[in-house]
Amino acid sequence: MSIDIGSVSDRHEASGSPVLEIENLKVTFATDGGDVYAVKDVSLEVKAGEVLAIVGESGSGKTVTAKTILGLLPETATSGGAVLINGNNVISVSAAKLRQIRGRDVAMVFQEPSTALNPVFTVGWQIAEGIRAHAGGGQRVSAKEAKTRAIDALRKVGIPDPENRVNYYPHQFSGGQKQRVVIAAALALNPGLIVADEPTTALDVTVQAEILELLRDLRDKYGTAIVLITHNMGVVADLADRVVVMYQGDVVEEAPAKTLFAEPRQDYTKKLLAAVPHLGRNSASEGMTERAHQGGKVLVEAKDLTIEYPGRLGTPAFKAVDGVSFTVSEGEVFGLVGESGSGKTTIGRAIAGLNRTTGGSLNVLGYEMLNLKERTFKPLRKEIGFVFQDPAASFNPQLTIGDCVAEPLIIHTNPTPAQARKRVGELLESVQLPASYADRFPHELSGGQRQRASLARALILNPKLLIADEPTSALDVSVQAKVLELFKEIQLEFGFAALFISHDLAVVDMLSHWVGVLYKGKLVEQGIGHDVMGAPRHDYTKRLIASLPVPDPAEQAKRREDHRTLLGI
Amino acid sequence: MSTPTPVSSTVHRRVPLFKRLPVISHFNKSVGLQRTMLVIGLVLTGLFLLTAIFAPLVAPYGFAQLSDNDGSFPTQDPPGGKHLWGTTVGGYDVFSRVIWGSQTAIFVIVVAVVLSIFAGVILGLVSGYLGGWLDRILVVVADAIYAFPSLLVAIVMAIVISGGESNLFGGVLAAAISITVVFIPQYFRVIRAETIRLKAEPFVESAKVVGASNVRIMSRHIYRNATRTLPLIFTLNASEAILTLAGLGFLGFGIEPSSAAEWGFDLNKALADTTSGIWWTGVFPGLAIVWTVLGLTLVGESINDLNDPRLRGRKSAGGKGSGPDPTAVAQAALQAEVR
Repeated sequence: MSIDIGSVSDRHEASGSPVLEIENLKVTFATDGGDVYAVKDVSLEVKAGEVLAIVGESGSGKTVTAKTILGLLPETATSGGAVLINGNNVISVSAAKLRQIRGRDVAMVFQEPSTALNPVFTVGWQIAEGIRAHAGGGQRVSAKEAKTRAIDALRKVGIPDPENRVNYYPHQFSGGQKQRVVIAAALALNPGLIVADEPTTALDVTVQAEILELLRDLRDKYGTAIVLITHNMGVVADLADRVVVMYQGDVVEEAPAKTLFAEPRQDYTKKLLAAVPHLGRNSASEGMTERAHQGGKVLVEAKDLTIEYPGRLGTPAFKAVDGVSFTVSEGEVFGLVGESGSGKTTIGRAIAGLNRTTGGSLNVLGYEMLNLKERTFKPLRKEIGFVFQDPAASFNPQLTIGDCVAEPLIIHTNPTPAQARKRVGELLESVQLPASYADRFPHELSGGQRQRASLARALILNPKLLIADEPTSALDVSVQAKVLELFKEIQLEFGFAALFISHDLAVVDMLSHWVGVLYKGKLVEQGIGHDVMGAPRHDYTKRLIASLPVPDPAEQAKRREDHRTLLGI
Repeated sequence: MSTPTPVSSTVHRRVPLFKRLPVISHFNKSVGLQRTMLVIGLVLTGLFLLTAIFAPLVAPYGFAQLSDNDGSFPTQDPPGGKHLWGTTVGGYDVFSRVIWGSQTAIFVIVVAVVLSIFAGVILGLVSGYLGGWLDRILVVVADAIYAFPSLLVAIVMAIVISGGESNLFGGVLAAAISITVVFIPQYFRVIRAETIRLKAEPFVESAKVVGASNVRIMSRHIYRNATRTLPLIFTLNASEAILTLAGLGFLGFGIEPSSAAEWGFDLNKALADTTSGIWWTGVFPGLAIVWTVLGLTLVGESINDLNDPRLRGRKSAGGKGSGPDPTAVAQAALQAEVR
């Protein structure tokens, strides 16, 4: 994709002078449990035309730092130190001055484009809002002029046909285009600095690649400095010039991107980089030439499976899954990848009897799901374990971990409390949690610990089949690595078959023997894991794999070129 | 790093049960004006409760007493002397009747709220969780009850239930049940809305995939999470129950003075006195109503504000934080995780 360069009047030269300087920033939040020191002592600077990435896991203070740059902290926060933007200290300036700085000197791109735009106004109006708010010298910007400038801004970010689409409402754009609109709104006043808080986290990989391309163009063509907040090391490798690693409110390491990935100095950085899944390394299907576990019984068999969601009155039903056929045999790990809306979760839920199938055939453990009756399916439920995406939400907050883990056991086998307790203890041990954790409540565990407990709950009845729906996507990378490792070990030990659903190709490749790629409800390709990842046959799979950024700047630069050739640019 | 060294035992420590009880936990996390409001409400409500409990000790005379050893009480006697707050036209001691009235009020509140909570919660759970035609019918019925003025419903119910009788049991029960009928839709709606929200939560789905029955899901998973707002509705409804009771009594559907003391009824009887300058027969029962309703409302509103993290005031940051440092706890957990 390319960008039309509009007439840029006040273009920032990459002179090397800092646009943003943060000195000894401290941010403290008042909470019910006392003060929380979110940012302890952070100093950094960003030069014009530079992309600085701030990386860190959840709770590292990276987002709080970003919000401080725009003065967006909530009332419960107190901050100290200095944040200088073009000589103005954001922390101490008046509210009126701060309003001038926002938009003109610094703008923000938010994580979720669908909530960052107001659904009842046209995108043109929303871009013009900033322009009109900053009309200098008491003059008003006419509606016509504001619109012309909004069209310019849309053109800059590569929205086709901006003259017409300036009058569109946010819902008329796709997710990636919405993010472009948000970036256009940020660019409207040509700020020297853009703060992008996880700008691609809510987007699919193929769209993410386009947005990263756009941000890189902004830096190259307009000399805009970008502060990129992210937890995704692939994105960092793709875009960043310099990287700041944060951990628990402190800067751990600061280095140019190439140096950081090649030779990290601090232990924390090393550990973080080692935990990032890297496509093509550590593949579970390494060295396999034919599909494994085919001798065993077939546990799940889908033939032309179709699942439709009823449409609203007058609209046709939505086909979430369209003619999909696959099998999962005893002891096999089947990886299902796809972007959002591809139907991967729907398939997982249908196998667990949470969604109804509408056509074709889905045979689960010998039970035909097409005419599912809860009463007749219930005995089979003890053979199926399910691990949910968000471990924080999949436990009843009112019950202890022990009660939650024991629940399947109590429902299906009616054990004495002592038996149940013993079994829960065993299971917790096998997912590497101390048995004493049974008495704790879910909120007293960290995300990774909760996901282990959730695995224990799924496995307590020794199921033949485990369905894991994005089990690690809510976790930090270092925690994700541990959980994946554990999953692999337990799968070998217990020998259950698994349907592993994820949007992350590298994660799926690490665990699965056989991989299926879903695209818009259709299974476009399936094969041995490393074959699909290494030599994809279908066009979509090729595109998907090419757009995935790898955590290595040199390799990623090469991949980016390949990606461009693939798309024919 | 300036945080104290993480101590793993802080993760273990559980807040004792009594500190997790509704009002007490709210008191502990309140500050400033919100705490003042809550304290005032608690004091008013506490005095009301104490009065009701110790009414036989506090009240110098019975609620229906018209004479003592010295002979009949004077009628319309001004406050002071033997009758602290004066006497009514019928010769009742105002002070004693106001004190005894608190007992009736509390009795009605308890019966009304308990009945409506039971019926409302069960109906709300079943209706919200099962959905379908049962849900639609119940919602229509609840809406229909909403459409009637609540006092009118209460009057109709009072007539139907007591059939004109007005002894203590019948009168109180009539008042309580008529209030119940008005309140059930409120509890029903709140619980149903919560149930519908919780039904889509992953933890309910995770109970479904392990094969839990509907009854088990409703009782074990949804019930305990859906009823967290009940202390709030309870306090707010209690004050409304008193007003409805007083309204019923004022209109003459209450309890006869010989069966129990009732503030609304006394207000009604005091109507004629006001024109002749006899203020004490109306002011004191009226104040008692204001006192009780104000106390309960203050408690209810404070709980409402404290339940909402956005409305809750906090001690400003930067001060000396007391208690365990949550970052230290989180760090301890995180470090255990990374290892």
